Amino acid sequence: MQRSMLDLWVGLFVVAGIVALVILAFKVGNMSSAGSGDTYEVTANFDNIGGLKPRAAIKSAGVVVGRVKSISFNNERFTARVLMAIETQYKFPKDTTASILTAGLLGEQYIGLEGGGDDKMLGAGDNIRLTQSAVVLEKLISQFLFDKAAEGGDAKK
Amino acid sequence: MQPSPAKHRALPSVSRLGANAIDNVLRLGYAARFIGLTIAHSGTCLARPRLVVRELYYTGVLSLIIILVSGLFVGMVLGLQGYQTLTTYGSESALGVLVALSLVRELGPVVSALLFASRAGSAMTAEIGLMKATEQLSAMEMMAVDPIARVVAPRFWAGVISMPLLAAMFSAMGVFGGYVIGVVLIGVDEGSFWSQMQSAVDVREDVLNGVIKSFVFGVAVTWIALFEGYDAPPTAEGVSGATTRTVVTSSLAILALDFILTSFMFSAA
Repeated sequence: MQRSMLDLWVGLFVVAGIVALVILAFKVGNMSSAGSGDTYEVTANFDNIGGLKPRAAIKSAGVVVGRVKSISFNNERFTARVLMAIETQYKFPKDTTASILTAGLLGEQYIGLEGGGDDKMLGAGDNIRLTQSAVVLEKLISQFLFDKAAEGGDAKK
Repeated sequence: MQPSPAKHRALPSVSRLGANAIDNVLRLGYAARFIGLTIAHSGTCLARPRLVVRELYYTGVLSLIIILVSGLFVGMVLGLQGYQTLTTYGSESALGVLVALSLVRELGPVVSALLFASRAGSAMTAEIGLMKATEQLSAMEMMAVDPIARVVAPRFWAGVISMPLLAAMFSAMGVFGGYVIGVVLIGVDEGSFWSQMQSAVDVREDVLNGVIKSFVFGVAVTWIALFEGYDAPPTAEGVSGATTRTVVTSSLAILALDFILTSFMFSAA
């Protein structure tokens, strides 16, 4: 094979490999949205986080505004302490409500933020006081069963 | 160093077992010294990159067709099977996640490394083994040309460079295959296919770890292939046995290394 042809093919090969890597990074992965920069951290205590995991999305009005950074157990208050990294461009009032929601019936869990009416905004290191725990299916079912049983008891009388 | 075969026959079978083990440890030591020498003699490759370019053509470019076609088919099968399973749970919108994660994390690096071992690794072993059998390597030494620097090192670096590129192409092609089957033929919603994939696949956690995996596989496969060729008995039988051993050993090495790397990369979360 001629030298220049060989070089051409090897060049094409390397370019194709790099293009494939770029496709994997941008089209398949979330390079374009993840690398968007600065965040500030706020914490929130939940009675029960259900199946929430680190790196889960934090959404407000359905828009992703940050990610869960870490989850730990607060042994003084017996609650779960969730550290959230929110993008600096998004500001939320002090009385924001954080609730753990589920995408679809079996989808993964995320934190939903709902802004309140406070003038002051959350800053780095602040704590979100108003929280709503994850819905635990077993509790929901047992509640439903108790209600039904109570209804049945009433009907008998 | 190596015990002579005559002595072997005299030994009872149990101690022959031990002698075999010692032989293997000696070979492993020789292999470790071999890769050390290869890396130490890589200066020639830097001074004459054309040597590597030529080997890149034979290991990388000529493996392209088999890698791309297999990637496409693996992706298409993943699309079909994934759809069948996910649709029972009513979550066929997660098809993109399934296809992309399984390709980027596991199938891309592993299957392309297996193909690479049988396509390029076996060729490397046969070539170097034949060079040794026809005494080309000794001739080089006689002309004061170091065969490790001139023959082995360029092939090593070509393999190490081309493996991650081939694995990336395999994964990209596989995602395209999954897209063709899932979105174009079956009719999964295109928006959720891509957006769920993008929100689930992390560049550092998934894509970069896949690249690291394929890099490690590239080192392992080319090391095994080159060593088997260099160490092959200089006969027709020896070369054919070495070629077989390359494919078997490197396939096992890929799968074992994959397990180890996966348990390091993805277990902690």
